[in-house]
Formats: sequence, structure tokens, C-alpha cells
Amino acid sequence: MRAEAETATLRWQDQVYDLLRQHNVTQFAYVPDAGHRILIDRSLADPNVHSVALTTEEEGVALLAGADLGGARGVLMLQSSGVGNCINMLSLIKGGGFPFLALVSMRGDFGEGNPWQFPMGQATVPVLEAMGVICLRADSPQDAQATVNAALTMAFQAGNAVAVLFTQKLLGAKRF
Amino acid sequence: MTKPSPSGRDAGQAAAPAFVLDRRQAVPALIGRHEDFLIVAGLAGTSKDIAALTHDGPHIYSMAGAMGGACMIGLGLALARRDKRVLVVTGDGELLMNLGSLATIAVLDPPNLSIVVVDNGHYGETGYQKSHTSLGVDLERIAAGAGIKRTCTIDTQAGIAEGTRLIREGNGTAFVRLCVSTTEPPQFKRDLSPAACRTRFRAGTGTGTGIGTGAGGTA
Repeated sequence: MRAEAETATLRWQDQVYDLLRQHNVTQFAYVPDAGHRILIDRSLADPNVHSVALTTEEEGVALLAGADLGGARGVLMLQSSGVGNCINMLSLIKGGGFPFLALVSMRGDFGEGNPWQFPMGQATVPVLEAMGVICLRADSPQDAQATVNAALTMAFQAGNAVAVLFTQKLLGAKRF
Repeated sequence: MTKPSPSGRDAGQAAAPAFVLDRRQAVPALIGRHEDFLIVAGLAGTSKDIAALTHDGPHIYSMAGAMGGACMIGLGLALARRDKRVLVVTGDGELLMNLGSLATIAVLDPPNLSIVVVDNGHYGETGYQKSHTSLGVDLERIAAGAGIKRTCTIDTQAGIAEGTRLIREGNGTAFVRLCVSTTEPPQFKRDLSPAACRTRFRAGTGTGTGIGTGAGGTA
């Protein structure tokens, strides 16, 4: 059962990575995170993309604006706690009308055992929406690919700022 | 009674640079032919420096907010446009807000990115309060410590040529600390709209006006 779950996890994350590459996403920015491990590792192993390790998530917001100025597409991979580190930098995205795609691994939500994660986890959606970022939730492996596909269209065809929330129903809650 | 100095201040002061150059002369002299670069300008003073220098040209993206973002916008742009040299021109206050970006940039070391910090040791826009760089913090040493290999500090007229060479060399990311006095930047009425500047930049630099598409769309 555990092995099956692991295989299913690998499959949807690989599908999401392939989808991002099919849409010509070439800048992958991240703060290391267990929920995004497979996506991060795929970007590190891919000679055709830039894998950009950040010291704080707001760097990635500015990076993606710069990518757009140069005609490239990027994605920011972060944990919900890191959303709080992005708030003012999202002024750049909203004010500039930059397309923006973020993949957020949720903490402080379904089944969370670490009390430190709740304040920002519960504030993630209100904070993003307050700064003009549309939030889409993905609760299952089937959901994940379809939701990222939708977000890619909304961001890079329609020019919106979009965050896909990989929930703890999808990722599982870390044990403490 | 005077407040005690933080430890290590004496050694720092012994080698402290002079903040005497006039930015209105030194910034244009350092950059030279500005059309050779795609330029990201940080807040306030440096945005005015660059807007005046380029007459608010299409090859500049200048900011009036999102403080701390200039270097990372430059990194994203440099990775996307390997065919161009990208120059970030920002102030000490703007850079101090996101020193981690120097670490991120150093790890990638894009050869077509140069950073110039116009360091007057003060927050000019809010009334010339002292910044940390007036109090011993050395941004060149921080950049070098982050791992940026080509760095220099310029505080004399004679030193400007070295900085000009460094920002055009292309062997790796370059970092120039240009120390200037607290004279006002040139007054220039620039377009403050971040959206209008985005459209202008993309249309004027060969990226195109579409969303998420363009000549530089490959890694």
C-alpha cells in the first residue's frame, strides 16, 4: 500500500513537470521543500532549464517578472509559509500586469501536526487573493495535472497571476 | 556619553571609502554607452539616474516600489536573454533589503549580468537617514562573500574606468560599488506605471508584446 502510494505520487509530479516543460517553462525557482522534491530534482537534472535556488521566496517573484521581460516563462515553487515572504513583491506582479505561476505546497491545513504552520497556512489564500493572485486547489493526483494545466492557460495565455495549492489531502501531512 | 561602537568598526573605518563622487557625473561615466545594456533600475535615486541618462528609454525597466527586487528582476532577465548584457543599477537601501539575492545570483553566475550599487550611504528618498553602509557595512565584501568573483569599489574619478571595464567584461557576474556623495539625483519625469514600462520594455527590446511569449523564450 505504501509503495503504491509512493508510485502514484511520483507519477503525478512527473506529469506536472512534463506539462510545465510542454508549455515552455524554462525558469524553475524554489526554496527547497519536501512537497516539491520531485519537481525540483527534475529541474536540476534538465539541461534545458534554469533551476534557481532562492534564499527567500520573494526573490522568485522578482525573478519571474524579469523572465517575462525577457520573453521567458517561469514557475515559483514554494511552501505556504513562504507565501508570507512574497506579499509586497507581489506588487510588482499586480501593478506590472506580469503573468505569474506559483505552485504552493500547503502546510497548516488538513491533518497538520505542527502548530507553527497554522497562522500562515490558514492565511495563504486570503493573502494571495488580496494581492490579486487567483488560487486553485488540487486535492488529488488526478486533480493536480488538470489544475496545473488550467493555471498555465490562465497565466500565460490570459496574463493572470495564478497559484495552484497542492493540499495536504494530496501531499499527506508530515508526521511530528 | 557616546554609544559604544559595534565591534570591528575601527578596522572597517580604516579602509572606509570616500563618499565624494557626484552621481550625476559618475553614473553616466561608469555606464558609458547605455544602449549596450538592458537595464533594471532600482528605486528612487537610481531610477532617476537611469531615466535621465536614457531619456526613459525602452531598454530600461525602472521601479518605484517592490523594494528589494531589482537584482532578481535582473537575474530573470539575464537568464532569458543570453544574447544581451543586463545591467542592474540600484541603491544601497534597495540592495540591503534583499542581500540574499546576491547569494542566489552568485550560485548561478550568469556571464551577462552586472550589478552597480550607487552607494551614498543614505536613504535619500525618505530624508537622507543614514543607511547601514554609512555605519561600516561593506556591500562589495558582502557580494564577494556571497561568491561573486568580479567585484570592485570605486570612490575616485580615476577608478571609474575599472568599473566600466568590469561591467562589460562578460566572464561572469560583476558587482561594482560606486560610492557617491549625498547630492540629489537628476530630476527627470519618468513613466511610473509598472505595466506601461513592462509593455514598453517588451516591445522595445525584441521580446514582443504578447503574454509569456517572445524571442528569448528558451533557456
